[in-house]
Amino acid sequence: MPGWTPRFVTESAMLTPEEISGLVAKVADADPRQNTALAAGRSLWSDARRRFLRNKAAIISLGVLALICLACVIGPWVLPHAFDSADWEAMSIPPSFINSHFWGTDDAGRDLLVRCLIGGRISLAVGLLATISSVTLGIVWGATAGFVGGKVDAFMMRIVDMMYAIPYLLIAILLVTILGREFYLVVLTITVFSWMDMARVVRGQTLSLRSMEYVEAARAMGVSTPRIIFRHIVPNLLGVVVIYTTVTVPGVILTESVLSFLGLGIQEPMTSWGVLIQDGAKAMEVTPWILLFPAALLSITLYCFNFIGDGLRDALDPKER
Amino acid sequence: MWSYTLRRILSAIPTMLVVITVCYLLLHATPGGPFDSDRKVSAAVLANLQAKYHLDLPLWQQYLLYLKGLLQGDLGASFRYADWSVNDLVASALPVSLAIGGSALLLSAVIGVALGIVAALRQNSLVDYFVMLLGNMGSAVPSFVLGPVMIIVFAIVLKWLPAGGWHDFELRFMILPIALLTIINVSTIGRVMRGSLIEVMHSNFIRTARAKGLPTRVVVLRHALKPALLPVVSLLGPLAISSITSALVTETVFSLPGLGKLIVNGAGNRDYTLVLGLVVLITVLTVTLNLLVDLAYAWLDPKIRY
Repeated sequence: MPGWTPRFVTESAMLTPEEISGLVAKVADADPRQNTALAAGRSLWSDARRRFLRNKAAIISLGVLALICLACVIGPWVLPHAFDSADWEAMSIPPSFINSHFWGTDDAGRDLLVRCLIGGRISLAVGLLATISSVTLGIVWGATAGFVGGKVDAFMMRIVDMMYAIPYLLIAILLVTILGREFYLVVLTITVFSWMDMARVVRGQTLSLRSMEYVEAARAMGVSTPRIIFRHIVPNLLGVVVIYTTVTVPGVILTESVLSFLGLGIQEPMTSWGVLIQDGAKAMEVTPWILLFPAALLSITLYCFNFIGDGLRDALDPKER
Repeated sequence: MWSYTLRRILSAIPTMLVVITVCYLLLHATPGGPFDSDRKVSAAVLANLQAKYHLDLPLWQQYLLYLKGLLQGDLGASFRYADWSVNDLVASALPVSLAIGGSALLLSAVIGVALGIVAALRQNSLVDYFVMLLGNMGSAVPSFVLGPVMIIVFAIVLKWLPAGGWHDFELRFMILPIALLTIINVSTIGRVMRGSLIEVMHSNFIRTARAKGLPTRVVVLRHALKPALLPVVSLLGPLAISSITSALVTETVFSLPGLGKLIVNGAGNRDYTLVLGLVVLITVLTVTLNLLVDLAYAWLDPKIRY
C-alpha cells in the first residue's frame, strides 16, 4: 500500500520530540504516587536535595561525620604526641590535661586520642578504598548482566549467588592468613566479599529500567541508545548506587574492624579502630577508657553512615515515601 | 517441587566444590611448606613427614586425595597441634558452638518475632520504639563492642556472672554469650518482622478479614502471621552466615573453646589445614542450610511455582 501511513504516526509526527517528552513528563506527573513532589518541573536531583536537607538526623550525621574525618586528618598534626611513641611518665593514665593526654594513654604510655585519630584514618581509608572498588565492581558486573541478559546474565548472577552462600568472613580470614596483613591486602580481601549487593541491585534496576514505558517511549521516538542510557537509565541507576554506597561504607568499615579485632587485620605498629578496640577489650577491667573511646568513635561513625543512608533513601527513592 | 528440590541440590554441589577448590589452591599457592620451621630436621625425617602427608605427590593427586578424605568425612591432620586431626579438634569444639549458637538462634527467633508483631500492631508504642532502637543499634554497635561492654557491666561492676571462660556446659558461663548473640539477632529479626507484618496488614485480604468482622487476634494469627513470616524465613540463611561472624567474635570476647576460637587461633598460628578444614566444614553447613531455607520458602510461599 504505497503512500499509506497509519494515522497515529502522522499525528505524532506533527509533534516535535520536545513536545512529546513534555507530554510524557505530564503523564509521569499525573501518576498519583508522585504528584505532589514532582509538581512544578523540579528535577529529580533538586527535589531529592530538598528532601534530604529537611532530614535533621541525616544533616546532623553529615556534620558529625565531617567533624570526625577532619579530626582524623588534621588532629595528629596538631596534637603534641606521636601515635607510636611511649610516654614513660604516663602509662595507663585516665583522661586528663596533664601532659595533654586528653583521652588518657594505653598500657604502653601511647596517647589514646592520637591513636584513635590515626586508627580512624586507617579505618576510614579502608572504608573508602574498599567501597570505591567494590562499588565499581558491583556496578560493572550488575549493569553488564542486566544489559546483556540471557545466558550471560544467568551465569554472572549464579556466581553472585555462589558468593552469597559462602561464609565470607571465613574466606576473608583464610585470605589474610595466606596473603598476609598488609593494608592493601585487607582492602582487597574486603572488596572481594562486598560487591554482590551492589551487583544485584544494579542488575535488577537495569532490567526493570530497560522495560520501562518511558524508555520504550524514547525508543519509539527514535532516541539513540547512548542517549537513552545517559538520559534515562543512568540518572535512575544513580539513586540506588548512591543509597547502596552509603550502606556499603559502614559494612566495609565493620568488616575491617572485625578482622582487626580478631587480630587478623591491620597489624601493629599501625592501628585501626578494630585494633584499638581489641587492645581496649584486653585491658578493660582496669582501664575501661581505652575500650570506650575507640568503641564510641566507631559506633558514632556507623550511626552517622546509617542515618545518612536512610536520609538518602528517603530522598531518592520516591516509592518509599 | 521434586524437580526443583533436585535442581537446587545439584546446583549446591558446584558451589561447595568451587569453594573447596579455590581454598585448596590458594593454600598451596603460598610460599613455604608446613615444615619450614626454625628447627632444622634431617632430610630423611623431612622426606618421611612429606610422605606421611602426601606432600611428595603432584598437586592434583594431593587434591584428589583431599577430596576423597572429605567424602569420607576426614578433614585431614592439623599441622600445628601435633597428634590432633582436624576432626578431633572439631569434635571437641563443635558442641560448644552449637550449644551457644543454637540456643541463641532459638531464643532470638521467638523473642524477635514476638517483639516484631507487637511493634507492628502498636506502631509508635514503647515496644515499637524499642524494636526500632534495637534495630538501629544492631547495625551500629557491633558485637565486639557490645560484648566487652556487657562484661564490664555484668562481670566487673555488678559481679553477677563470670567474665568469660568455659566449664563443662555450666549455665553461668553461657548466659552472657547467649545474651549477646540473642540481642544481635533479635535486632535483625524484630526489624524485619515488624516491617513485613505492617506491609501484610495493609493488604486487601486483611481488609476483607476485618470487614467480615473477625477479631484482631484471629486476623493476625490466622491470616497475617504466615505471609508475614516469609521474609523472616528467608532471613535465616544470611542470619546463619552472620551468626558465624558473631560466633567468631563472641568466642574470642568470652574465650570460649568453640569453632570460632579454633578458626581464629588457627589463622593466627597459620595452621593451614585446620583453617581450610573449618572453612570447608562451615561452607558445607551454610550451603546446606541455605538450600533448606530455599526449599522451606518454596514450600511456604504459595506464590512461588517451579
